[in-house]
Amino acid sequence: MRPSETIPARPAPPSSGGLRAWVRRELFGSWVSALTTLALLGWALWALPGALDWLLWRAVWQADADACQAARGVGACWGVITEKHRLILLGRYPLEEQWRPVLATGLLLALVIASGVRLFWTRWLVLAWVLVWVVVFTLMGGGVLGLAEVPTERWGGLPLTLMLTTLSIVLACPLAVLLALGRRSRMPAIRTLCTGFIELVRGVPLISVLFMASFLFPLFLPVGATPDVLVRVLLGIALFAAAYLAETVRAGLQSVPQGQLEAANSIGLGWWQTQRLVVLPQALGAVVPGLMNSFISIFKDSSLITIVSLYELTGSLGLALSGDPEWRPFMVEGYLFITAIYFVVCAAMSRYSLWVEQRHARGLAR
Amino acid sequence: MSPAPRSPLIPPRPAPARPRAGWSWHHPATRARLWQVLALLGVVTLLGWLVYNTQTNMAARGIQSGWDFLGQTAGFDIGEQPIAFESTDAYWRAFLVGLLNTLRVALAGIVLCTLLGALVGVGRFSRNLPVRALCRGYVELFRNVPLLVQLLVWYLLLVEFLPDTTEAWSWGHSIFLSKSGLVLPFPQQGANGWHWSVPAIDGFAIDGGAALSPEFLAVLAGLTFYTAAFVAEVVRAGIASVPHGQIEAAQSIALSRWQTLRLVTAPQALRVMAPPLTNQYLNLTKNSSLAVAVGYPDLVSIANTSLNQTGRALECIAIVMAVYLTLSLATALLMGRLDRRDRARQEP
Repeated sequence: MRPSETIPARPAPPSSGGLRAWVRRELFGSWVSALTTLALLGWALWALPGALDWLLWRAVWQADADACQAARGVGACWGVITEKHRLILLGRYPLEEQWRPVLATGLLLALVIASGVRLFWTRWLVLAWVLVWVVVFTLMGGGVLGLAEVPTERWGGLPLTLMLTTLSIVLACPLAVLLALGRRSRMPAIRTLCTGFIELVRGVPLISVLFMASFLFPLFLPVGATPDVLVRVLLGIALFAAAYLAETVRAGLQSVPQGQLEAANSIGLGWWQTQRLVVLPQALGAVVPGLMNSFISIFKDSSLITIVSLYELTGSLGLALSGDPEWRPFMVEGYLFITAIYFVVCAAMSRYSLWVEQRHARGLAR
Repeated sequence: MSPAPRSPLIPPRPAPARPRAGWSWHHPATRARLWQVLALLGVVTLLGWLVYNTQTNMAARGIQSGWDFLGQTAGFDIGEQPIAFESTDAYWRAFLVGLLNTLRVALAGIVLCTLLGALVGVGRFSRNLPVRALCRGYVELFRNVPLLVQLLVWYLLLVEFLPDTTEAWSWGHSIFLSKSGLVLPFPQQGANGWHWSVPAIDGFAIDGGAALSPEFLAVLAGLTFYTAAFVAEVVRAGIASVPHGQIEAAQSIALSRWQTLRLVTAPQALRVMAPPLTNQYLNLTKNSSLAVAVGYPDLVSIANTSLNQTGRALECIAIVMAVYLTLSLATALLMGRLDRRDRARQEP
């Protein structure tokens, strides 16, 4: 055996932990990276003070159009929100009755948030949904219990957006499940009908469906029966959303292994029982992110009803500002305000979807 | 090898009973037939009811129907005309102008959103933290705000905050941006062959070049920035779908990061990205119908005007739906065919 030579000790590798290493890796990994970091930092330092000045420090907060005019270009005019927030958020709802839509919105938000919490997933929740919707419609419409009647064309703003979104989702979901099951059915006639409906609806823009709801639904119904424009638009959005949701559900159905169906058959479950007890719970669980994405789309798409003259959040902003020469110049601030509302709701929904997805993954890994 | 010993214990079983011939409620095929007949009957009844109602309603309200209006004089002007259009031209020509306007903005949007989306999507894999954060922030912001709001904001910014035509911002005295839109140099056929028509300010107007209206620009910007956020997500998912071993293999043969992206990651990611990307392009085309909100004369906008003038709601909406449906189905067919060809090439 040869005597071994001593290998000299090598220096320790550069530390990969700690702040210094992190900064070096993430910000100055290479020449290009370092230059990019510096350029972005420079840009931020140049742009940020001005942006903060405009947004906060030199902004006008009181509802004072003259002060806003004076600050034009240097400071934002949040006074326009102070002045017009009722019109923007609630549309043309009668001023003295505005506690009603506010309460209805609160109830609806509480219901939706509660529905996302596992603790409340009992049969009481179904009862709560029915109850809250009855209360919301009573509050908004009035005409009973001494509440003054408010016709639907005066409903508007955020309550309308939320009501349309939630109701169309609730209506669309069962239809979507049926359509998805139908599209995977072995019966050719049913498969063709469902596929035809789904592809037809997915091939046209939502606006054309809304125009149809607004102009053509009255023609389609028996003479004299003209349902409220809100109901027609709701139906249009629900049918439209159902086609998109059906495709998401179908992806979920495809992810359920064949063995599950065979197992269900072997214990003597019928078709409906198999779907209800074995297939759908797994299929829907697997596509929560996709479903949530569709819900976010429906929420955003509800803004389109402005085009058929219903004043939801986007429409009521136009209603509040475009007719008022004093405040009209501050439309940008108005748009920033509703952008923030849309953004917060959508971001909350996608955060929630992420959370559900992680929970679902944990359940599967066990 | 000796044959397996026969087990003497289990007696041969009788052949399974043949399914009963004829009609029985317990036979699945019978029930399947019944369900289908019921479904078809239901749909036919529903459609018949709708058609009957429509006819009765139209008769009761004295609404005219038919396609003859397409040949009548439109009587309105269109702000943007890819082909010449006068208010004395017929409705069908107006619809054609609308369709061309839709295609014009959709095609430009598809090109631009692909470029921006690819940039942002790749940026999310950058080794530089600020770049990653910026790209992520972009996606979150533009994805979570309704397209309609974005369109209206772009339009507002373009028509309220840009300088007047006489004080247009210019780059190199050849590109002008002002309240009245963007004017670009454009190749033009003159007396002696093709030459660049370079715009120039002439008094109160800008002469020459190709002018893009603020409506067109607002729709284009809205569609591009909105769809790019979704394209970026598609690109990100596509790149993430390439197994990490592929990238390690590329590193081990000393490809640079750019080479790895171009030669190893991109070709594999593109295959995964093709279907969702097509979907986004179709979405963009359908979303271009929101142009009606800022007054860009696209197909929907023309149909809306015609509808209000002639009262032929059924026909106008049918035209819009048929056009979009044709575009969607044609694209789907084309993509299906490309996909099949691609698959056939993959499998030896």
